[in-house]
Amino acid sequence: MDKQEYAEYIKRITPKSKIWNSIIRAFVVGGLICLLGEGLGALYKMWLPNYDQAQIGSLVSCTLILLASILTGIGVYDKIGYFSGGGSIVPITGFSNSITSAAMEFRKEGIIFGTCANMFKIAGPVIVVGVAVAMLCGLGYFIVGLFL
Amino acid sequence: MTFLWAFIIGGFICMIGQLLILKTNWTPARILVSFVVIGALLQVCTLFEPLQKFAGAGVTTPITGFGAGLVKGTFENIDKYGFLGIFSGGLTAMSAGIAVAIVSGLVIGMIFKSRSK
Repeated sequence: MDKQEYAEYIKRITPKSKIWNSIIRAFVVGGLICLLGEGLGALYKMWLPNYDQAQIGSLVSCTLILLASILTGIGVYDKIGYFSGGGSIVPITGFSNSITSAAMEFRKEGIIFGTCANMFKIAGPVIVVGVAVAMLCGLGYFIVGLFL
Repeated sequence: MTFLWAFIIGGFICMIGQLLILKTNWTPARILVSFVVIGALLQVCTLFEPLQKFAGAGVTTPITGFGAGLVKGTFENIDKYGFLGIFSGGLTAMSAGIAVAIVSGLVIGMIFKSRSK
């Protein structure tokens, strides 16, 4: 059975209601993570009134990243991921989870050549592509700026 | 009101991610990369900021916010420092998040062992 046949087979045996179910779970869990981010933002704004919007956002991201990393360590995030699929992958917490779980997985190959070398196995492409795209856009913006 | 929209828009973005997983069998890395690029392009088209005003963390918490932040930082640094900003802006804007992710990943990775699945 090749890859395509297998994909079709999976499609045939997966009931429709299951798809809806998992989409709704992704919606709820993803929404809740964003809601948590929004709540943290409101809290930080109260505590640190002299921080601007970007700094508050940065702080919120850091908190969510740290939280997801700890939850990954104690094995809770994987359970959330199993339940919600994309709901736990798409938020910034999923980015953090991919780093921490890779760090844990390769720990047995040593700290330098295991953990440090493999941490960015999944998250690496995100940073590489993100930086490359941002640089290209920046180059365009700079060149346009020269003529305006 | 922003709370409600953060939940709905944030949930909606994650829902699209889940749909992609179900319908295309993309790996998580590929989905994350796609959303980062979408976020970056939204920022270039100046569509991200209105969305952010409307839904707050609903658009900044998903990884789209990472892409948008990279582009926003790049543009801001270009305005401030000129040519150098093309290279320094993106990572400057995202430095805190990446640093926390690296350090927490390292520390947690050293404390906890991976459970066999």
